[in-house]
Amino acid sequence: MKFLEEYRDRQAVGQLAQAIRRIVTRPWTLMEVCGGQTHTIVKTGLQDLLPDTITLVHGPGCPVCVTPLETIDRAIAIASRREVIFCSFGDMLRVPGSSKCLFDAKAEGADVRIVYSPLDALQLARRHPDRQVVFFAVGFETTAPANAMAVWQAAREGVLNFSLLVSHVLVPPAMEAILNSPNCRVQAFLAAGHVCTVMGFEQYEPLSSRYHVPIVVTGFEPLDLLEGVQLAVAQLEDGRAQVENQYARAVRRSGNRPAQQRISEVFEIIPCTWRGIGEIPASGLRLRPAYRFFAAEERFHIHVEPVLESSECIAGLVLQGQRKPQDCPAFGTRCTPEMPLGAPMVSSEGACAAYYHYGKRTQEAGGTVVSITAAGH
Amino acid sequence: MCLAVPGKIISITEEENLGLRRGKVDFAGIRKEVCLAYTPEARVGDYVLVHVGFSLSVIDEAEAQHVFETLRQLDQLEELGESAG
Repeated sequence: MKFLEEYRDRQAVGQLAQAIRRIVTRPWTLMEVCGGQTHTIVKTGLQDLLPDTITLVHGPGCPVCVTPLETIDRAIAIASRREVIFCSFGDMLRVPGSSKCLFDAKAEGADVRIVYSPLDALQLARRHPDRQVVFFAVGFETTAPANAMAVWQAAREGVLNFSLLVSHVLVPPAMEAILNSPNCRVQAFLAAGHVCTVMGFEQYEPLSSRYHVPIVVTGFEPLDLLEGVQLAVAQLEDGRAQVENQYARAVRRSGNRPAQQRISEVFEIIPCTWRGIGEIPASGLRLRPAYRFFAAEERFHIHVEPVLESSECIAGLVLQGQRKPQDCPAFGTRCTPEMPLGAPMVSSEGACAAYYHYGKRTQEAGGTVVSITAAGH
Repeated sequence: MCLAVPGKIISITEEENLGLRRGKVDFAGIRKEVCLAYTPEARVGDYVLVHVGFSLSVIDEAEAQHVFETLRQLDQLEELGESAG
């Protein structure tokens, strides 16, 4: 596919890795923010191409992983109602709630459907006026324009049997929370490219100068990630701290203005609890009063008991880059994608799932890049 | 979840009334209908980055070549280094 395969070229990747080796003089720790980037890194063995002095730690950019346990329980309770068709992206179905996941609810008879787009859920609502169609609106800024449009369109058409269970989080406040942590190891960020296609990167400029941390807006293919590392390391070696845009083929500084306008028309910013991390100020979205009619948690009054996470799961530390998945005593034994203790083991963007699926294979291949051209995602 | 894939716009439908701007987008042979409301500048033949059925950005083809330019320059530097050494 054009604009994908050329960025997976093994020779080009090797050449860029060589260029990084030439500029590094000291150890540096970089965080890639998005779980999609983590998967490319682990799947293709990019860490092994880098000098030993460069450590990549994995960030909180996995919406599935940070959706609170109570929200999963609320989703299951809503999905289990007879009048409801509950629609979700496939990623959310295996995420463990306090006693079961959405797949279990489906097996027990709940009408849970996987959709590709919130517009597909809206279409189901048009076709089934006698049912309540609820869409599980989970995601970062990348997904917010789609969810905002679905609600805006439902309001315009008067599709009143449609609603959203919103669990939306914002990336820059989480990056700031990581920088404020006393245990912060991160010296530079590879910012999440697709979040920036929507929001641009003006928001990162005060963050970069206040904390003196290089932030490089980075894409998702192996060549993008290595170029992101190269730009970040060059800044660190020079003592610079700026925002740079590696992913300029898709990201403009001001982002996508029409999408931003629709998001702020439909959603407002609120403090938000991140699973495993805790509450972060101004880091989440909820529907504005004018669209609150479409809020599923208000339409279905469901009381959910606060519950405790598995005490063994270190997902919160993994999501903040303070631990690697294999530091967890339960990794691959008591916690697997089939029987997960925490969400990062089941999400397609979770760091634990990436290490579980690809970690061993990379080691067996002797630290070389494994099938870069087959790295479809 | 933030997965977005580049595809080429094959056709565009501008709908009246309650419709949203949409188009057919080709992803290496697989064609899907995509909402183009957020990329009003997108034209037939453009590559757009698509996430959950929405086009979020028109790919800048000149910028897409940038990393390959950098690699060519690295190549030349290496050659210079070798001939100087």
